[in-house]
Amino acid sequence: MSEPDSGLKPSKPAFWNDPKVRALFFQVLLIVALGYFLMTIVDNTLENMRSRGITTGFAFLDEPAGFGILQSLIPYTEANTYGRTFVVGLLNTLLVSGLGIVLATIVGFIMGVARLSHNWLIAKLAALYIETFRNVPLLLQIFFWYFAVLGALPSVRQSLDLGLGIRFNNRGLYLPEPIPENGFSIVLWMVLIGFVVSRFVKRWARKRQDATGQPFPVFLTTLGLTFGLPLIAFLILGSPLHWEFPELKGFNFKGGMTIIPELLALLLALTIYTGTFIAETVRAGINSVSHGQTEAALALGLTRVQTLRLVIIPQAMRVIIPPLTSQYLNLTKNSSLATAVGYPDLVAVFMGTTLNQTGQAVEITAMTMAVYLTISLTISFFMNWYNKHVALIER
Amino acid sequence: MSKITSTLLLSSALALAANTVSADTLDSVKSKGFVQCGVSTGLPGFSNADKSGNWKGLDVDVCRAVAAATLGDASKVKFTPLTAKERFTALQSGEIDMLSRNTTWTLTRDASLGLNFAGVNYYDGQGFMVKKNLGVKSALELDGAAVCIQSGTTTELNLADYFRENGMKYKAITYDTSDATVKGFEAGRCDVLTSDQSQLYALRIKLKDPKSAIVLPEVISKEPLGPVVRQGDDKWFNIVKWSLFAMVNAEEMGVTSKNVDSMKNSKNPAIARLMGGQGEKLGLSDDWSYNIIKQVGNYGESFERNVGMGSPLKISRGLNALWKKGGLQYAPPIR
Ligand SMILES: N[C@@H](CCC(=O)N[C@@H](CS)C(=O)NCC(=O)O)C(=O)O
Repeated sequence: MSEPDSGLKPSKPAFWNDPKVRALFFQVLLIVALGYFLMTIVDNTLENMRSRGITTGFAFLDEPAGFGILQSLIPYTEANTYGRTFVVGLLNTLLVSGLGIVLATIVGFIMGVARLSHNWLIAKLAALYIETFRNVPLLLQIFFWYFAVLGALPSVRQSLDLGLGIRFNNRGLYLPEPIPENGFSIVLWMVLIGFVVSRFVKRWARKRQDATGQPFPVFLTTLGLTFGLPLIAFLILGSPLHWEFPELKGFNFKGGMTIIPELLALLLALTIYTGTFIAETVRAGINSVSHGQTEAALALGLTRVQTLRLVIIPQAMRVIIPPLTSQYLNLTKNSSLATAVGYPDLVAVFMGTTLNQTGQAVEITAMTMAVYLTISLTISFFMNWYNKHVALIER
Repeated sequence: MSKITSTLLLSSALALAANTVSADTLDSVKSKGFVQCGVSTGLPGFSNADKSGNWKGLDVDVCRAVAAATLGDASKVKFTPLTAKERFTALQSGEIDMLSRNTTWTLTRDASLGLNFAGVNYYDGQGFMVKKNLGVKSALELDGAAVCIQSGTTTELNLADYFRENGMKYKAITYDTSDATVKGFEAGRCDVLTSDQSQLYALRIKLKDPKSAIVLPEVISKEPLGPVVRQGDDKWFNIVKWSLFAMVNAEEMGVTSKNVDSMKNSKNPAIARLMGGQGEKLGLSDDWSYNIIKQVGNYGESFERNVGMGSPLKISRGLNALWKKGGLQYAPPIR
């Protein structure tokens, strides 16, 4: 049957009635309005600063800074520019946050698992740790480690001798510094080669296990390849490395490496504080995996450790990762408490001293905020990628 | 964190303010009924709150003088304690009406922060404090030393200059509050604490054992300390400037808080001018200077009471003596 042609086609609405066009129109309008608003603010700010006699612009970044910084990962002297103080501060922030994230993750995972332990003592100790350090304000903990613990160490002349040339006093931890000689790069290459080879071994072992069920000690092989190979190379080459020991000269130890107490205190506090939150996240993650899984794994003859490593943790990770991300972000942002104990991070150096010497509060605050935003977005991005990677693949 | 707050305040003030009017500080002080004054977080002799919360000190007296001149009552001051880092943003953003917090007058601060220095109420210079048991007698023996300083100060820059000039190395441990700086020094984190000399004496009495530290003889910089106001409000600038000048002039003419009432009828024309008749030009009542001298005292009285022989600091007048006595305190005439 054919419809009688009434001549009424479903007519296209007029373009101003088209919902798509409308949506686009309003979005463009919003962006223009927002852009205009921002431009007005920036413009007004600049105009106001000019009329109040406040210097504006980024020219200060090329001027010499003229102040010293306690710790710098790149060469820095007073004659360098304010721009370089930005980089020095930024690297110090990345250093303490990076180390903090790694250490807090380790502490958090161990403590999270320990709190679920069947051993009463271990479980209670873990619970005690978590409840204590989670509920004391972080700033207080930083002060505690800095002034009460590290400040109570003996003075330079009475330094603790920890053996192997390691000295510890209230000015820091002094370590012998390895100085590479000719040929040491070969040893480093061996590490890389060993690591790559062990990846291949892992793949091969997996295939074989899938096919034959025969397990292969992958972990030990990896260990052997990445450390054994370089070690052999090192010995064959006649130990191309010597140690420079810290020596007492004048006011303090010279030579070797120094870890300043400001970094130690901050790192301890950040690790221990954030570790408690990570531990709780881990515990929640593990609890989210139903107990039936454990029973099934044990029934299959897996050991407790294997059950944890092969069955529970991979499933728990899916629950752990999202809150873990926010802990990492917190740790990074909390690292700006550095300024309280004089650790020269971005906030202390750039938003502190540089801001004060130049007075360019608006520019410097904007730059600092942009940095924290970038770091946060990078961490989120990476963790989201990782989360996708471990997320449940529905089959 | 108050640093963040003031920066935000500053940004929003700058972003939103219509850009022609600059606020009239005198009007706002009169309608509020008090002067909001930025001081240090606690520096005995200069600005320090006693046990009952009363602020006292040489810098505090400048705030009180301004309150006496504008409101007729030296007690109408509210204090905002500020660390070195916080002080300029607090002033720029309008959080405080004036800053009187051992602040060094430098070209950069004067010319690029949108601020004006209203005079010098203490001529200082940077010095070093060391533990006595180090046996150090001169700053030139400090090669390789660890030095505690407070961030956001001229001190940081002078220190770098001095060590560079003398071919010496140092490690700067930079804290953001003076409390942390003192604690770091006491705990032995550094060998030396450096700051303006007057502040070294002030901080030394905060040590558990003040006798364990000595101040080295070297003075490595010029630190003219004085009150600061925002640029663009000349009337208020004049008031702060002349409140300080009135105190110095009063000392020069021998007018004190004790004899000020009898001096009212003085035949000396300069004293007569100091005692009245000039207020209108500043936008103040005629008894502005009388109120300052009566309620706060002259510069010499304030000095002796807060940092001089009548105080635990026992600092001698030195550079801060009147010009007639070989010092640098010299105020333009009131006429
Ligand atoms: N006059 C110097 C230094 C001023 C300064 O802040 N000195 C420290 C000495 S440790 C201080 O008074 N701190 C007291 C505080 O922060 O409340 C300047 O203006 O930059």
